[in-house]
Amino acid sequence: MLDVQGLRKVYDGRQRQVEAVRDLTFTIDDGDLVCLVGPSGCGKTTLLKCMAGLLPPTSGEVRLRGKPITGPPPGMAVVFQEYGRSLFPWMSVRDNVELPLRQKRIARGKRRELVDEALAAVGLADTHNAYPWQLSGGMQQRVAIARAVAYQPDVLLMDEPFAAVDAQTRADLEDLIRQLWQRLGVTILFVTHDIDEAVYLGQRVLILSSSPTVVQESLRIDLPDTRDQLHTRAEPRFTQLRGHVYEQIQAAKRGQRPPAQAGRP
Amino acid sequence: MTAVDNTPVGAGSAGPDRGTSAAAHRAAPSRRRRPPTALLGVAGLAGLLVLVQVLPSTPLVSARYLPPATEILAALVELLGDGAFWSALGDTLTGWAIGLAIAVSAGIALGVLIGSVPALRAVTASTIEFLRPIPSVALIPLAVLLYGTGLESTLLLVVYAAFWQVLVQVLYGVQDVDPVADETARSYGLGRWARIRHVIWPTSLPYVMTGVRLAAAVALVLAITAELVIGAPGLGNRIAVAQTSGAVDLMYALVVVTGLLGVGINLIARAVERRALSWHQSMRGEVIV
Amino acid sequence: MRAAGVLKRAGLVVALPAVLLAVWWFSSAGSTSFYAPPLSKILGTFAETWTVERLRADVLPSLLRLAAGYAVAVLVGVALGVLVGSIRTVRATLEPVLEFFRAIPPPVLVPIIMLFAGIENTMKIVVIAAGCVWPILLNTVEGVRATDEVLSDTARSYGLTGPARLRHLVLPAASPQIAAGMRQALSIGIILMVISEMFAASNGLGFTIVQFQRTFAIPQMWTGILLLGLLGFALSVLFRFVEMRALAWYHGLRQAQRSS
Repeated sequence: MLDVQGLRKVYDGRQRQVEAVRDLTFTIDDGDLVCLVGPSGCGKTTLLKCMAGLLPPTSGEVRLRGKPITGPPPGMAVVFQEYGRSLFPWMSVRDNVELPLRQKRIARGKRRELVDEALAAVGLADTHNAYPWQLSGGMQQRVAIARAVAYQPDVLLMDEPFAAVDAQTRADLEDLIRQLWQRLGVTILFVTHDIDEAVYLGQRVLILSSSPTVVQESLRIDLPDTRDQLHTRAEPRFTQLRGHVYEQIQAAKRGQRPPAQAGRP
Repeated sequence: MTAVDNTPVGAGSAGPDRGTSAAAHRAAPSRRRRPPTALLGVAGLAGLLVLVQVLPSTPLVSARYLPPATEILAALVELLGDGAFWSALGDTLTGWAIGLAIAVSAGIALGVLIGSVPALRAVTASTIEFLRPIPSVALIPLAVLLYGTGLESTLLLVVYAAFWQVLVQVLYGVQDVDPVADETARSYGLGRWARIRHVIWPTSLPYVMTGVRLAAAVALVLAITAELVIGAPGLGNRIAVAQTSGAVDLMYALVVVTGLLGVGINLIARAVERRALSWHQSMRGEVIV
Repeated sequence: MRAAGVLKRAGLVVALPAVLLAVWWFSSAGSTSFYAPPLSKILGTFAETWTVERLRADVLPSLLRLAAGYAVAVLVGVALGVLVGSIRTVRATLEPVLEFFRAIPPPVLVPIIMLFAGIENTMKIVVIAAGCVWPILLNTVEGVRATDEVLSDTARSYGLTGPARLRHLVLPAASPQIAAGMRQALSIGIILMVISEMFAASNGLGFTIVQFQRTFAIPQMWTGILLLGLLGFALSVLFRFVEMRALAWYHGLRQAQRSS
């Protein structure tokens, strides 16, 4: 579904060049829920923007369903961390969710249906006419998620979406994502700096090295499919996995690169 | 070694394969060649001069109405050597400065007073809202009758218009005072005057500076207006004279001078604002003006 | 309870104006000064001076010219502003030029435009437009430039480009800034409306007031000044009313931000 090959991004500053991302290569299959974790400043957001077609990479390629991405592709939806700044404050909640559908030229009746379904799916069935700034942070992020879901994308990219909400809201939203993923079967790439969140949510966790970034490790999360905040996080396997991720990230921060992977399939 | 991983990360991700895969893809264009902003700005101004030079020779615009840039510049140079011009400039600046000073002092004094006494604010709100939008040009006939073409006419207009700019901003500023800070001061036994000095004034300072900047610009406009329409001494008056006597290039030269004056006043006001508020920037409220 | 509250609010609104008017009335009551007739006389003359006919013959043309000039300034200012604000190099190139033109005191435009456009209605409309366009243009440029980056990325990722992007992102995001520019432009417009008529006109509010002044019809002149004041006030109220409605979302947003 989503194929990243040799992605490299170099920023041209006034005095010097900064190689934010050196070489990222990985594949995400249809229906996967993959989490991306890494130390601060490892270019997670840069990667996400390149994948979303918002930023051109210096070299390397991103392919969606085999077609290379040169600009924001239809079929991809992004949920940003700053919910307050990603919702249009001059539109009601319903209009916000509906706008991308109008762009897709979907018929009015179908649009209504999708909007109503999406808002109901995120638990905001009765805030249609409210304005985003009238809602709490968690609710605003739900609107952003509803907007992405209504768009019926092939891939959903999420850039640390819950970093700016409080812990309890975050737990609710995490469960919401897993629910939506299981119900709708949408492919999700979830970027986060929260290790616990990554292990709790993902089928797979991609651990990034520090800048200049490469993929430090790709880790399969073999926790059961039905997860819940209380029990899953108490399981010994969870602790093991999260411990491993934590170690890898510490190693990444110390500058240890992944060993050469020549000869791997 | 990544013992836990059993999913391929991607073929050829590292090692010798990297060269070939990278070469096959496009590189993003370098952005380093973007010309600096200042240079572009100068180019814009140069372009304007070229336009003003060239337009009068086209059939679009008659040279009687818009003389070419060279003639305007020549008239400008001539002006600089003319004593009468400098005295007119002095007259304009005098009217501007005195009027601004009066407006700013009155505006700050009244603004702080009204702003810090809620009762006064409530009572004066309607009056301020009514008087504020009254165009100062409405006072022109009155000024003519009372003061003729003297400096006082100019001052009447300038003070009236500039005063409101300062007052409104000061009122915003006083209202913006953090109530917690004020309560704290009060609980420490600071009387009204001390609170004004230590809490209200520093908080309102950014707004006062904005008010002074806006007032300075408005004051210039009204000073020139008074001179233009009433005939008080100053640049505006000379513009009117140049126009009626058909000295078009002189007129344009004077207009350029007033424009430069406006730009200069704005720049100075912003510089003063920055200096006075160098430690205030973080406290600035967001008022779109 | 509520009646008492409403009364109190109404009382606050009229208290000071009533006092000031009373002071004016009584202090000028016995006035024999030529230039400052008693307020009673001024108010008495008001109705006879500003008859419906005169309102139609003088005030209406002024207002129409103001409306026309203002409308042109808004259209040109916003259109050019969006263009200039969206392209970085264009903005950098034009900014000093535009700031220079904005710094020219608007009344100075009158003698210049009189050269090109004569003394008829066209001249006045052009003068008003030429003076009003600058704050609108420059504020639009600023508003467009400052479009939130996250919002812009979001719009792009959902395929919002071209006219749709203009309509749903750029213009609404810049609208508070544009509105501020339009408010400044309104004051400039009124000033220019009056001045352009004082210079050269055969009808209009400014023209009439100047005529009164030149023929020493003092009480009538005062009524003209009062009318002009009322007009300025009325237009300001109208503007605020429209702005509150159109930018209700913005005021709500700021309120929410302030209280958090």
